[in-house]
Amino acid sequence: MFGAGGGTSSYAEIETTDLVVLWGSNARSAHPIFFHHLLKGLHNGARMYAVDPRRTESAQWADVWLGIDVGSDIALANAVAREIIHAGLENRSFIEHSTSGFDEFTAAVEPYTLQRAEDVTGVPADAIRSLAHAYATAPTAQLCWTLGITEHHNATDNVLALINLALLTGHVGRYGSGLVPIRGQNNVQGGGDMGSLPNKLPGFQDVTDDDARSKFEAAWDATIPPEPGWHVTQMFDAMENGDIDAMYIIGENPAQSEADSARTIGLLEGLDFMVVQDIFLTKTAQMADVVLPAAAGWAETDGTVTSSERRVQRVRKALDPPGEARDDIAILFALASAMGHAWGEPDAESIWNELRTLSPMHTGMSYERLDELGGIQWPCPSDDHPGTPFLHGWLWEDPLPREPAPFSVVEWAPPVDQLSDEFPIRLTTGRRLDGYNTGVQSGGFRSPIRAGAVIDMAPEQADAVGAVEGDVVRVTSRRGSIDVPVRIADGLRPGLVFMAIHTPDDADVNTLTLDAWDPKSGTAEFKATAVRIETVG
Amino acid sequence: MDFQFTHHEPTPAEREAIDSVLGRPESRHHGSTTGAPHDDHVAYGGVTHASNRRHLLLPVLNAVQSEIGWVSHGAINEIGRRLPVSPAEAYGVAQFYDLIATEPRPPRVANVCDDIACKAAGVDPMITELRDRLGRPGEFGSAAAWVRSPCLGQCEKGSAAYVQIAGADDIVIAPATPMQIMDALAAQEPTGSVEPAPTRPETRLLSRTTLTLAHHESQGGLEALRSALEMEPMHIVEEVEASGLRGRGGAAFPAGVKWGAVAAEGGPKYVVCNADESEPGTFKDRALMEADPFRLIEAMVIAGYAVGAHQGYLYIRGEYPVALRRLEDALCELRDADYLGEDVAGSGFAFDMEIRTGAGAYICGEETALFNSIEGYRGEPRQKPPFPTQAGLFGRPTLVNNVESLMNVPDIVLEGGAAFSAIGTETSTGPKLFCVSGNVNSPGVYETPFGATVNDLIELAGGVDGELTAVLVGGAAGSFLTKDQLDVPLTFEDTAEAGIALGSGVVLIFNETVDMASIVQRIAHFFSEESCGLCVPCRVGTVRQEESLGRIAEGAPVDRELRLLARIDATLRDASICGLGQFASNAVQTAIEIGLIGEEA
Repeated sequence: MFGAGGGTSSYAEIETTDLVVLWGSNARSAHPIFFHHLLKGLHNGARMYAVDPRRTESAQWADVWLGIDVGSDIALANAVAREIIHAGLENRSFIEHSTSGFDEFTAAVEPYTLQRAEDVTGVPADAIRSLAHAYATAPTAQLCWTLGITEHHNATDNVLALINLALLTGHVGRYGSGLVPIRGQNNVQGGGDMGSLPNKLPGFQDVTDDDARSKFEAAWDATIPPEPGWHVTQMFDAMENGDIDAMYIIGENPAQSEADSARTIGLLEGLDFMVVQDIFLTKTAQMADVVLPAAAGWAETDGTVTSSERRVQRVRKALDPPGEARDDIAILFALASAMGHAWGEPDAESIWNELRTLSPMHTGMSYERLDELGGIQWPCPSDDHPGTPFLHGWLWEDPLPREPAPFSVVEWAPPVDQLSDEFPIRLTTGRRLDGYNTGVQSGGFRSPIRAGAVIDMAPEQADAVGAVEGDVVRVTSRRGSIDVPVRIADGLRPGLVFMAIHTPDDADVNTLTLDAWDPKSGTAEFKATAVRIETVG
Repeated sequence: MDFQFTHHEPTPAEREAIDSVLGRPESRHHGSTTGAPHDDHVAYGGVTHASNRRHLLLPVLNAVQSEIGWVSHGAINEIGRRLPVSPAEAYGVAQFYDLIATEPRPPRVANVCDDIACKAAGVDPMITELRDRLGRPGEFGSAAAWVRSPCLGQCEKGSAAYVQIAGADDIVIAPATPMQIMDALAAQEPTGSVEPAPTRPETRLLSRTTLTLAHHESQGGLEALRSALEMEPMHIVEEVEASGLRGRGGAAFPAGVKWGAVAAEGGPKYVVCNADESEPGTFKDRALMEADPFRLIEAMVIAGYAVGAHQGYLYIRGEYPVALRRLEDALCELRDADYLGEDVAGSGFAFDMEIRTGAGAYICGEETALFNSIEGYRGEPRQKPPFPTQAGLFGRPTLVNNVESLMNVPDIVLEGGAAFSAIGTETSTGPKLFCVSGNVNSPGVYETPFGATVNDLIELAGGVDGELTAVLVGGAAGSFLTKDQLDVPLTFEDTAEAGIALGSGVVLIFNETVDMASIVQRIAHFFSEESCGLCVPCRVGTVRQEESLGRIAEGAPVDRELRLLARIDATLRDASICGLGQFASNAVQTAIEIGLIGEEA
């Protein structure tokens, strides 16, 4: 849509915005630092709408919680768009000046009446209308989302549906208004920035772009394949087809993080050769032929990270890594050397400076300036550039310097793993405040708020199952079964249950999840699994 | 909003009490046990919703206390869900107030005054008798119990009990005997006994008793309001400025300056009447509110019109149930007659007000602590500036005046500021009420034009009962006078020159029968109990002061203790946030100066 993948806004903007729409995100638990900024906004008077199947810790802060059924986001977004248009609240001048495809879009959302949206999402029409009017009339608005939008089979369409709303109302490209995908780790953004995407070179330059590629080839004295590579989900398909028989895995625990883990583990076991480079001996590392112990990125190495607001910040080494563990860069350089390539002395700053010559958005970010300015938000193309607090200001320039931003026609489609008499309950997954991903890093710490491996459900649901809190129940999907204790939890309704992803060793929720994935982003539909729940014994 | 709740649930009776203030919950998310049709898919709430309702916290805590007799964890949880507010915070607010119990208590508890005025009048034998009959104060084993109370504002009666009764109206017995208190704790339907203050026809402020609107109007009531509504608001402010009226709550700030400052600010703004009269020895505002509630409300409406406020709050201490009921009745009658509401007396001016009840916290008489209390926070004072005229209640410009100050407003409107300023002296204008109590023959509230001396007031009160040994003016935060100060005119200028804290108009007379060392200790105890604990100098200093006086009483070397007391005094004055701490050592130091303590026996 907009090219470079990154949130359009600064944290400072959510502190002063008029309206926050938190869609498919429990940032209170999963992105607590971001949520602190958001809370400042609420205390400064911002109103908040939360769209989430669960009334999460985040949704409890909202003026209005819209408790949609899992996977009905597009129906809701399209109905919001239709309501804005029918109420005459769209930003006409912005649409005419800065966007294209409005008429087709208007026609496409026409069938999404409030009543239809209520039928599909479960959310009362009044609340949908309220969201539409609040978003369209707010002077500034931040539309934020996370994995509740992207861990679906139609993840990209979900995102496009939200972008449509920003284009419709002009809530993008100006201070206070923006589109904010919140990143789940301190450096997810940085990973993308550095080109660890199948179709991008560092700085979001396309591998299919001959000019970009030849620039890197000249600098690296190497040939770069002109076709995009595979994303993780495609790699597992390739392993299944025999197109991949060896793997080098750095800082990832797919044996526990991928959907449908039985299949994943089978495929990893089927590899001829596997190298894992990690700071922990993860379940994946335990299956490896060679394990390369790495240094921890936040304390034992020098380098940079990029936050959700695109701010590149320095990370400094404070400790020597333990034992034989080594810096990732040192490991890669040693490996190159063993393969006959002399890359010189490994040094984070010189690698960074090389990046600055190749990635225009990073060119102005010397270590010295990063220190001086407390981090810099990309793009920062020159040494006198202050960085860019928000993106897409060009949408408001006259004349428009680029092609107008297109509306996207997207249609709602239900989750792939459909509910049935056999599997009547919707299971969704997420994070808790005390846990982090597969729990490799967070499981070793004690926490007074840790619930452990449990399945959360409403009291009425527990009654229907015939279980009380603490009872172990068997949860079965079309792919497998796990046994897990029941916890009675707020914020869930009958028919909707929740498990955190942090305890794969005790109850591996990905035994249940489906690896149906979005063809455009490669993300699996972790958020929508059909299950049945029975008492055990 | 992600508040952590324990598993304690409210009883049906507690739920009922909470609903009486907050209404029935609308949805399961707000505490309804049945839920609403769309609860599974929509919920309304949020920070604005919560902050808009926070001010209901103290009323709902008071309602539970009043109905149940204490506030359980289950009730706290339910209040937390319903407002919403974190239960830990609600508990913190509940614990702040002496009249709200967070531990189980019997349904009837007598708060028996053992403060300085009652002590002077000889309440100690009654306290001993109560202990013999009912056990020690604060022992909550039986169906009824008693606790010691700071001044209940019934000083002219010589003894007083405020009885909290779960599920029924609280009562006041004054004067009180042990038998009356025991009866009230045991009776099926106890009634209070309060002897009404006599009207004094020759005075300006004490000449009326207006318990109905008709009665009020028949005595010239509402004339001032009608005149005011025909004046330009700024003109009223100018008259108040011209009157020279200075605040009667103790700080003596020129009222006109406040009025002018608030009038100049943009809205929304508020008028607040400080009726949290808690200074030991002070009971004038109670007398005014019990006798003339209509005039006070009329004055608040005029104030609202003059400064451009449309909402008023009257914050009255919880120990004044009689005044509270009379004010509530007056408010209803005035509202029914359209002297409050969207269109005051057909003028097009909108003004309404609420009465808020304190719950036993002296500090809430400090204006910013009072704001915090109304807003549903612990009644701790705020840093000033900003001053209330800029950022007061709910952060908005606020006119806050004492009861007695406001009671003068109708006369100022009718007669003009110049006529008012002709009363009294040049810089202390108008009539002044004095609360004369202790060992005089006719204790009570007395009005004189500014300029009367202590000797004049003793004469008005029928002379000293016995031999005069000490005089305390200004209350616990005031000053003990030397013999030659008894002829100092009690005006703002003369007392300031003599180094006397005039305060709210307390004149407490002690005779030879009173153990003055124990009076001074009681004052020190009062401050260590009533310090809100927000700032360290006051929280620690008031306790150290009381301890030191205790050591003197036990025969410790006096010189060392007096040096320590002087250092505590300096620290309290220099470093306390608010007036409570700044004046907490005033009476003690003046007592030392005139030799009431510290003299080698």
